[in-house]
Amino acid sequence: MTIAQAAAALGAIPVCGEENMDKPVNSACGADLMSDVLTFAKDGSLLLTGMVNQHVIRTAEMLDVVCIAFVRGKKPTEDIIDLAKQTGVTLLCCDLTLYEACGKLYEKGLPPCPKE
Amino acid sequence: MPDVFRETFEIASGDFASAGEASAKIKSILRMIGLDPALTRRVTIASYEAELNMIIHSHGGEMTVEISPDAVLLHCEDTGPGIEDIDMAMQEGYSTAPFDVRMMGFGAGMGLPNMKKNSDEFTIRSDSGGTRLDMRFDIK
Repeated sequence: MTIAQAAAALGAIPVCGEENMDKPVNSACGADLMSDVLTFAKDGSLLLTGMVNQHVIRTAEMLDVVCIAFVRGKKPTEDIIDLAKQTGVTLLCCDLTLYEACGKLYEKGLPPCPKE
Repeated sequence: MPDVFRETFEIASGDFASAGEASAKIKSILRMIGLDPALTRRVTIASYEAELNMIIHSHGGEMTVEISPDAVLLHCEDTGPGIEDIDMAMQEGYSTAPFDVRMMGFGAGMGLPNMKKNSDEFTIRSDSGGTRLDMRFDIK
């Protein structure tokens, strides 16, 4: 699945990184707790979250997460968008709840981040 | 190029605005020298967890990365207040992080176990004068 296909499934709007929409995502995870994301997100994955701060972008950068989709209509501020641009992470925004957003991508066949 | 590359980063207590900058630099150094991406990722995760721990829990300290032909070493040393119960701190889910840190998405008690999981060797020493972490990542 590409980022563009994931965005379509979520009804999401890209906020930055539109040039990466054709890049693949190989798995996804949903979490608000970055401590958890650090233990299970894999490189090339998409992170669905309701947490909106700079640490989400930093966490994605450390893990080579390629795309973050903010749920429940949450919008990142300019400083968050700037950091995402610097680090090359694509940001999406959608109106779905975290549960619904995870379900949409799972239904389309995007697998969860594999366990060890 | 010398046999061992070494760089030290100052980590300030409570400096959440800069959280991750040292680890991002370490990651870019490891990428630049062409280290295996999977190993780079393990070092970066452990480094970020250590950096966050120093910001959240310590009075501040230093994180040093050392790269030699056979290993990457991470040394973290802070100036206190130390970890009261290391055995508890090594358990997943045990946390002494304050509420505001948890509201940022951290402090779930996964940091030290995650560092241990990602490194090939992990040692920790702590008393009221400070905590010292040494991690080794083998280059195979």
